[in-house]
Amino acid sequence: MEEILKISGLTKSYGDLVVLDHIDLSVKKGEVVVLVGTSGCGKSTFLRCINALEKIQDGKVLLDGEVINPAGGKLNTVRERVGMVFQSYDLFPHKTVLQNMILAPVKVKKVSKKEAEKEALALLDRVGLLTKKDSYPHQLSGGQKQRVAIVRALMMHPEILLLDEITAALDPEMVREVLDVVVSLAKEGRTMLIVTHELSFARAVADRMIFIDGGKIVEEGAPEDFFNHPQTERLKKFLDSFTY
Amino acid sequence: MDAEVLISYFPLYTKAFVLTVKIGLIGIGIAFVIGIAAAFFSYFKVPLFSQLSKVYVELFRNTPLLVQLFFIYFGLPKIGIRISAEVCGAVGLGLLGGSYMAEGFRSGLEAVAGSQTESALALGMTRGQMFFNVIFPEAFSLSVPAIVANVIFLLKETSVFSAISLMDLMFTAKDLIGLYYNTTEALFLLVIFYTLMLLPVSILGNLIEKKVRYKMFGA
Amino acid sequence: MGFDVLLKGSNMLRLLTGLWVALRISLISALISIVLGVALGSLMSLKKPVITVISRIYLEFIRIMPQMVLLFLVYFGTTKALGINMSAETASVIVFSLWGTAEMSDLVRGALGGIPKIQYESSFSLGLTTFQTYFYIIIPQIIRRMLPLSINLITRMIKTTSLVMMIGIVEVLKVGQQIIEANRKSSPNAAFGIYATVFFMYFIVCYVISMLSKHLEKKWKS
Repeated sequence: MEEILKISGLTKSYGDLVVLDHIDLSVKKGEVVVLVGTSGCGKSTFLRCINALEKIQDGKVLLDGEVINPAGGKLNTVRERVGMVFQSYDLFPHKTVLQNMILAPVKVKKVSKKEAEKEALALLDRVGLLTKKDSYPHQLSGGQKQRVAIVRALMMHPEILLLDEITAALDPEMVREVLDVVVSLAKEGRTMLIVTHELSFARAVADRMIFIDGGKIVEEGAPEDFFNHPQTERLKKFLDSFTY
Repeated sequence: MDAEVLISYFPLYTKAFVLTVKIGLIGIGIAFVIGIAAAFFSYFKVPLFSQLSKVYVELFRNTPLLVQLFFIYFGLPKIGIRISAEVCGAVGLGLLGGSYMAEGFRSGLEAVAGSQTESALALGMTRGQMFFNVIFPEAFSLSVPAIVANVIFLLKETSVFSAISLMDLMFTAKDLIGLYYNTTEALFLLVIFYTLMLLPVSILGNLIEKKVRYKMFGA
Repeated sequence: MGFDVLLKGSNMLRLLTGLWVALRISLISALISIVLGVALGSLMSLKKPVITVISRIYLEFIRIMPQMVLLFLVYFGTTKALGINMSAETASVIVFSLWGTAEMSDLVRGALGGIPKIQYESSFSLGLTTFQTYFYIIIPQIIRRMLPLSINLITRMIKTTSLVMMIGIVEVLKVGQQIIEANRKSSPNAAFGIYATVFFMYFIVCYVISMLSKHLEKKWKS
């Protein structure tokens, strides 16, 4: 399968504090990669670097062979090809669900409003929120907001989708409805890079697991091996912390 | 600026300052009482009184103090109600302030959770006891920012007392400018005395506000 | 009770003209305040030390100084210190603009600081440019937060304009006074009717505007 995202030697530091230390990673088209690690290990920062929301000190990120360089110009054309969904509900509060979804396609991709609306309605229907199309974000539950945020990102037809702890701020009973959407996206072959704390979800959705600790990739592998036969002491300790 | 002039004016300003602060404080005291009463009536939806206090709040929040004072001081005597300038100043300020305080307390009361009401009633308190022992103290601390802003606002509003011939700071300054043309000195002292009156309140207000905020978030 | 005076000659019209003088001063000042306040508020959110210190002093001075004192400072003070003879109306507009700009800038600073960083980031993530982000996402949200508060400021300004009679502007209250004087003999009780009328004139104007602000606040609550 063709390689869509290639990261080599990515280094991110705040002053003397090195958060990400020469990370290499490549993601193939249609692959679902799940990143786990203790809080503060830099996994969210990693996603933000890929989408050029953070400047990086060294290394490079290639999307389909094109360099994403935070210092250079032409950032936007790359950003529209990378979709990202955040932990906090990041819908635009002054716009309805439908307006939230069509804003970027209409303004950035210059898609006609009619066409964008048609696509948006189809996506809303898919995630069971068609009746909410004219609601404002504050009228939605957390889970509903997050589902809208996911389909809003899909509206731009991203080549890769970055999900940053999208269930961390949700009530437990809402986690399921959001994760179901992600699982269905994985099934239809979307390329995704996911940061999560939901290990059972990770196991269900991942093609490949990655464990980050101390700013480095410590271990990676297929979910089966990763969870059942961890090789490193650090991953063992991390996985143990989830069992009672 | 002439130091001698400043010194010679000083006693006049001190006297005016005392008068301004005195009437200001009495007015603010009246404002608190009226504000609490109006908030109480509207919180319990006391028939007639809650409607009356709503009308009162809207009337006095939406009109200037100067117009209120003119009506009370020059208008009311025509229908037989005659009061001194000092009483008029205090009452006028109290009526104006009461409407602002009522709004402040009302939003505080609205913010206090309904569960508080239930747990107080479950403890066997009467509705009145509950209001004054549980709900109001909590609402009061939520209203602190509004109260501080209102107190500063009301102290500033005292500057219109001169219009009904109260010998306050403004009156003194205006008088001295008119009599001796020592505009610079008169205005300088005016600013100094108002700063003396309001800067401590403003600083204290900020401190109290911070303290209340910490208490609220348990930090 | 002295309401009859209102119907004499053009007295009612004169009062309304006086009211317009007060409204004109407040609307001009409000307009200036909004423009300058947005500019100053944006500068303040840059958090440059010099701007912060200067704007703090300016805001605090305006916060604690009665508008009446400011009126005297500008009207009598500038004439004396700078030798400029400005009209009372110019002095009023300057004072109300100084006051309004201070309040407005604080609102703008608060509104700008209140927009979560994630709003910028999620907009960038969707591929919007910085300009598009401000134009479609940030500024509309700021306007929604600020409009009710700005309208509130306008009503407070209107109420405060009653002070300008103290520096000799003939506005509604002064007109009222003149009418009462002129009719001292024929209607000795005019003070009651006239001042009650002025009271309700202010009430109607401010009440309507504050209802509008409440309506917007409710509509845009999120």
